Amino acid sequence: MSPFLTLVARDLRLAVRQGGALGTALGFYMLVVTLLPLGLGADLNLLSRIAAGVLWIALLLSALLSLPRVFASDYEDGSLDILATGALPLELVAAAKALAHWISTSIPLALLAPVLGILLNLELDAYPMLVATMLVGTPAVSFLGAVGAALTLRSHRGGLLIALLVLPFYVPTLIFGIASISAFQGPGGVTSPFLILTAISLASVVLGPIAAAAALRLQMQ
Amino acid sequence: MVDGLSFRLASGEALLLTGPNGSGKTTLLRALAGFLAPASGAIRLADAPPERERAELAHFVGHLDGLKSHLTVAENLRFWAAYLDEDGDGADGEGLEAALDRFDLAPLADIPAGYLSAGQKRRLALARLGVAARPIWLLDEPTVSLDAASVALLVKAIAEHVAGGGLAAIATHVPMALERAREIRLGVVLGAAAPEPAR
Repeated sequence: MSPFLTLVARDLRLAVRQGGALGTALGFYMLVVTLLPLGLGADLNLLSRIAAGVLWIALLLSALLSLPRVFASDYEDGSLDILATGALPLELVAAAKALAHWISTSIPLALLAPVLGILLNLELDAYPMLVATMLVGTPAVSFLGAVGAALTLRSHRGGLLIALLVLPFYVPTLIFGIASISAFQGPGGVTSPFLILTAISLASVVLGPIAAAAALRLQMQ
Repeated sequence: MVDGLSFRLASGEALLLTGPNGSGKTTLLRALAGFLAPASGAIRLADAPPERERAELAHFVGHLDGLKSHLTVAENLRFWAAYLDEDGDGADGEGLEAALDRFDLAPLADIPAGYLSAGQKRRLALARLGVAARPIWLLDEPTVSLDAASVALLVKAIAEHVAGGGLAAIATHVPMALERAREIRLGVVLGAAAPEPAR
């Protein structure tokens, strides 16, 4: 197995053994979405109109919760230094860790979204598109989030700082994620917003690790 | 941190870095590993394959052990073997057992690393030296929390590595009985009372 896959496999195994990070993110997602109908009242038309946006925003916030751990545990126990002595470039180390975050956190969140859609009276025909936009859009969440995680590695209260750094970069993903869902329900075609969402994700997968590795080099000095 | 230092280490030599706390031993080792760029001067490796960076030819064992407490001893070591050794022959059963045996860890192989004592964790971090063949060993106070028997195992491992033509740079406060070892004593701590020259 290549060093890249070895690292991804180790991170996934750790995510399963520790369990806490995923449980927190899923629990937070569920709570935020559950609180909303309680706060807004049982206006089913209103809920179904805002459902897609709420599910997307709550997903971004839940993913943020788990981002600080992407590099922090490896930094604290000294693994990061040793990872840097491997033949794998630091860019690919960052990519492997972001990929593991995507698989272990973002995908479960995306799969939980349709279940929570029931609470918000999301229209039936929007479900496939909701899951599709989330699966396609969440790589941007994990790979851009890794940059924030790398930048705040040595700061205390890094979690809050990550939110400030990373959330603005999530705006395009959010806009085109929701645009795809509403375009699917409307008369126009779904193609162009969905393709732009895909492009944002692919660009993040390439550029995120490069920026994260530059930040990691700075933090390791 | 460290100023005016110049040395040359030949293949098959060990370098002992000594000096008081804060004298720059760790800084020097991190610079040798390539984590820090020297503010001036250069670190050169003669006869190294040009396409590989210095860090990729070195084992770095720092103050932190680089272990995951949720993985067992064998899983921790197997991961580093697969990650550090591109050829992949360190990750097989025999290489792994030999590396565990070298630091007397075989009985602990299936215990999660989180249950180990500080000395056992250190031995596991040092066992990493055996899973991938690399010519340079950079060890930062490797004897911390080791008992006398483990220190002897470590000295034996370093001696074998050096005898096989490797390089080793070791920051230490404990005298090590190594043949062909040179010692560099790093200077005075910043801020400590340095003797004032008489005017």
